[in-house]
Amino acid sequence: MTLILGIETSCDETSVAVVEDGDRVLSNVVASQIRKHAPYGGVVPELAAREHLKAMDPVVRQALKDAGINSLDEIDAIAATNGPGLIPALLVGVNYAKGLAAGNDLPFIGINHFIAHIYATFLDSGIEQLREPSLYPLLALVVSGGHTALVLITADGQATVVGTTIDDAAGEALDKASKLLGLGYPGGPVIEKTGANGDSSKYDFPRPLTGGAGKAVAEENKYNFSFSGIKTSLLYHCKRLGGEDIALSETEMFDTVASYQEAVIDVLVKKTLKAAKDFNAASIVLSGGVACNGVLRQRLEDCTPKRIKLFLAPRKYCTDNAAMVAGLAFHHLRKGMIDPLTTDAFARLPQISQVPFTD
Amino acid sequence: MNKQTVETHNEQETADFAARLSMELGGGTVLALHGDLGAGKTVFARGFARGLGITEPVSSPTYTIIQEYKLPQDKWFYHMDLYRIDDYRSALAFGVEEYLEDSNAYILLEWPLRIKELLPTSTRHIYIEHLSENSRRIIVE
Repeated sequence: MTLILGIETSCDETSVAVVEDGDRVLSNVVASQIRKHAPYGGVVPELAAREHLKAMDPVVRQALKDAGINSLDEIDAIAATNGPGLIPALLVGVNYAKGLAAGNDLPFIGINHFIAHIYATFLDSGIEQLREPSLYPLLALVVSGGHTALVLITADGQATVVGTTIDDAAGEALDKASKLLGLGYPGGPVIEKTGANGDSSKYDFPRPLTGGAGKAVAEENKYNFSFSGIKTSLLYHCKRLGGEDIALSETEMFDTVASYQEAVIDVLVKKTLKAAKDFNAASIVLSGGVACNGVLRQRLEDCTPKRIKLFLAPRKYCTDNAAMVAGLAFHHLRKGMIDPLTTDAFARLPQISQVPFTD
Repeated sequence: MNKQTVETHNEQETADFAARLSMELGGGTVLALHGDLGAGKTVFARGFARGLGITEPVSSPTYTIIQEYKLPQDKWFYHMDLYRIDDYRSALAFGVEEYLEDSNAYILLEWPLRIKELLPTSTRHIYIEHLSENSRRIIVE
């Protein structure tokens, strides 16, 4: 039995988890700053790093307590997300983890947040299936406030980013639309709730880089996303309907939100299915914060061809959490992929080449 | 460089203008980019980066606050978005001044008024204003 303590501080959430053997989540404590941010419409009132520092001690203690761990002697390794993310925020978790590792003579493991999001899909569900060659090639759509990317993973663990956003992430497009419409924060859940009352086919928003509106898609953008321009079309749509101060009727608001969300989801699903077909994927994984969206989940379930296995990340592991960090670290540990205490945090997504969980 | 005002009629023209501007400026320049949501700041930033020779995607710094791009000869392009920062104190907490003082860098700041107290006096201000759905007025001061 291997127990790993994982720490996640790449963005706004301070999270600590204890995971046994890569998938049994014994504890997963998330100190979220979302409620605190709500009155500010998404603007962080204090910088995340300071909040992480404040939260770290109590969250670690709670995670150990929830897991029924009395002493760090019972833990086999300490893992922390070391990128990509906001450097000052990442450093809080990384340095705390290094301190714990050094002080208790435990191995330290730096985890790629992005790959952890993919791995989160399989927490609690038995990870033996990840060693099943028939699962591959596996195509993962990781979609959140900070990321939108398609990653292709083959049975030997080779991983390639086949598509990514060339500007805003899908979650950012939802957040900023919510802000523009004055609906509140966080944008994702509010958009889904508001859109549920509307007619998603009422208004036609652009589907960037899908080849619509007579524009051919450049070869290099075949699997790429672009969600920046859609904000502009939303703004002008609202001005046309409600004048300069965007005074929409309730029905107009519902239909606008439903149609806007539909445009974002339509692009995500179409691009994913196109890539799955072109790369002959045997399975599709949906993960990341936007994977909480019920319309997106349902659409993928409805549209994924029967021959392709579909894995939707459990909602509780879609948003940032440390269980995925501690879970993924298990595979690093069993393969001897230990990191030195000189390991740095990194801000941007590096070239992904290998994942450790396929064999 | 004196004040310039241009009108652009589509995204490409906005990006092209930004690319030309980046080629005229030297390192150590802080550019404050002003404009509402949907004004075209992302398009401007992408064009600016292309002008500096950056070919990789210029993804949004909203969540990460800073995206760093390495340029030849130890120069950097820092693309920052202060949308999620509430005031200059929060920005100081993560060391924003170290970026602003880097004389080897081109610095493009979105939502710069969040840290107006920290902007160097030499900061160039760029305003992107909506004229219509596709047309913009860009003022460089």
